[in-house]
Amino acid sequence: MTGGPPAIEAVDVSRTYQLDGVSVEALRGVTLVVQPGDYVALVGPSGSGKSTLMHLLGGLDRPTGGRLVIGGRDVNALAPPELATLRNETIGFVFQAFHLLPRTSAVENVALPLVYRGVPARQRRARAAAMLGRVGLGHRLDHRPNQMSGGEQQRVAIARALVTEPTVLLADEPTGNLDSVTGAAVLELLERLNAESGVALVMVTHDQEVAARAQRRITMRDGVVVADSDAPPASHDRPPSVDHGRPATLVPAPSAEPRSASGSGPGHPSGGSGGAAGATGRLPREADPGQPGAEPPEGVA
Amino acid sequence: MRIAEAWRVALDALRANRLRSALTMLGVIIGVASVVLLVAIGTGTKQKVEQQVEGLGSNLLLVVPGRIEVGNAPVVSPLTLKDVDAVTRVVGDPDRVAVTVASGATARAGARSDFTTVQGVLETTPTVFTRSLARGRYLTGTDVDTSRRVAVLGDSVARALFPDRDPLGQQVALAGVRFRVIGVFAPLGQSLGVDRDDEVHVPVTAAQRLWGTQRVDGIAVKAPDRERIDELGERIVAELNRRHPDTEFSAVTQQQILGVLGDILGVLTGVLAAIAGISLLVGGVGVSNIMLVSVRERTREIGLRKAVGARPRDIGVQFLLEAVLLTTIGGLTGMALGVGTAVLVDALSPIPAAITWWSLALAFGVSAVVGIVFGVVPAQRAGRLDPVVALRTE
Repeated sequence: MTGGPPAIEAVDVSRTYQLDGVSVEALRGVTLVVQPGDYVALVGPSGSGKSTLMHLLGGLDRPTGGRLVIGGRDVNALAPPELATLRNETIGFVFQAFHLLPRTSAVENVALPLVYRGVPARQRRARAAAMLGRVGLGHRLDHRPNQMSGGEQQRVAIARALVTEPTVLLADEPTGNLDSVTGAAVLELLERLNAESGVALVMVTHDQEVAARAQRRITMRDGVVVADSDAPPASHDRPPSVDHGRPATLVPAPSAEPRSASGSGPGHPSGGSGGAAGATGRLPREADPGQPGAEPPEGVA
Repeated sequence: MRIAEAWRVALDALRANRLRSALTMLGVIIGVASVVLLVAIGTGTKQKVEQQVEGLGSNLLLVVPGRIEVGNAPVVSPLTLKDVDAVTRVVGDPDRVAVTVASGATARAGARSDFTTVQGVLETTPTVFTRSLARGRYLTGTDVDTSRRVAVLGDSVARALFPDRDPLGQQVALAGVRFRVIGVFAPLGQSLGVDRDDEVHVPVTAAQRLWGTQRVDGIAVKAPDRERIDELGERIVAELNRRHPDTEFSAVTQQQILGVLGDILGVLTGVLAAIAGISLLVGGVGVSNIMLVSVRERTREIGLRKAVGARPRDIGVQFLLEAVLLTTIGGLTGMALGVGTAVLVDALSPIPAAITWWSLALAFGVSAVVGIVFGVVPAQRAGRLDPVVALRTE
């Protein structure tokens, strides 16, 4: 452990739902660390617990067991208002369905998180406009979601996620509602922002091509992490390739191998803790992303 | 700042569902408008009655046989003009004492007739009660002393009997006996549905002779000042009780009459306002209902707002403001509608209506409170939504 504090640290985290008096274990002891600047793909079949894990990592939900620390704060020790503030300051969300407010301009959508941070209106607009410029929508400030294409809407959502300068960007199937060309462009934007600003990017995806581009891949199944591996180095720069079948996702990388410099945040060259999570023993065993697992209650959008 | 955002969002939400917002407001509008209108009518009626009682003259003391209570049978008066003389001695000033002996009678002039009230009075009546003449003169002391058959007509009677002639100097037959018209009263108008111009004044002595009686129905005294009016009443009643030991007498002041009437009208106004308040309550339930729908519709939005850092309170305030906005806009519209209707009613119908500032302030305050009370539950529900569940809602 040579770097600063991790962005997110989960130790033996579990999440059990009570449904009609029946306990359903969506997560069963997940341990992982996200460092600032990480680029992580979270893969796994429907019902494997990826969504539940994303909600926990984003502070939208609290674990029923284990310890979850986001931005240095123990989630289970925070009341709902404090957790909201923590989300506002630390996390940016990008959703598959964009989740933009209708009847609201792009710039106002982007400024929304700043409203809850108490930033004055003029500053909000300036910062939101600047952020829209960074995602290539400087000319679309006052357009409403229904006046924009899907790709543009997702860019607005990305700008909204980053306007607060969070340490972690959580993207849940960010290209799932987009055609392949637009999806690739959005993905490149996310990767560029990850590289430029050092925000950690954690992305849930079904798409093996997308997953293959990540610097690190976490595979889930039945509520546990079955593989946590650093991808081949310099994956950012490679075009999407089709040759990465599922075996590639399952190859455990040596935990001591340093991360590629391009994907690491400043001052965090070591993959030590990430590697430690990968070495928790839940290795490829029965991992088969295509095989349907037990459906947790929340389903997967 | 967050409050400003909450206002903006609330207004936006109302605008996005114009028809629904308008219909929801309608419940509040009707409730507030009816409260304002009914209170205005109650207040207007009360004011008018007070004016009329005050208009009788100031510092009046009415002395009648019997006890003035609801449900008491009228008592045949044992009073005569001798008692009036005794009361005059107590008062010390004959100009301050008036009497009446009244009965219904048919007045005829030529082919026309009118059933009216004939009042036998003293020449002091216009001084004690505030009455003024439109034409001619009033009765004199000599008219009374000599039982002269002269009459002063109320405005309605004069119009009914002499629609196209000057009544002065004409003959009128009252219960078959001819009187000469010497004056006509200035019109007084209606009071509580009674035509106050439907009367004929004749000398009390002539009236007693007309009906073959010695009786006097009641005595009215104008007290020199308001402070000693009750004491004067007690002294008069004591004197009359001495003269007629087996009859009870009552002396009532304008203040007592006003008090009783005010109480009755106050209760009436309160009941009307309460009934109108029920419709305001129903309007509030409508607001609550629509707010629950609004929360459900915007569950995804709530989830998103929570994800980007809205605290439960931020969401709650947003929805509470939406409810309060619904009821206060409805309240203001209802006030305008109520005031407008009250002004029309006052101008176009015989029902008086008077707007009071307190009723407007109350109506507005109540509509805001209704918004808070009926908005709290939906707002709390919105604030407590689980962001994970909310985000997943379609």
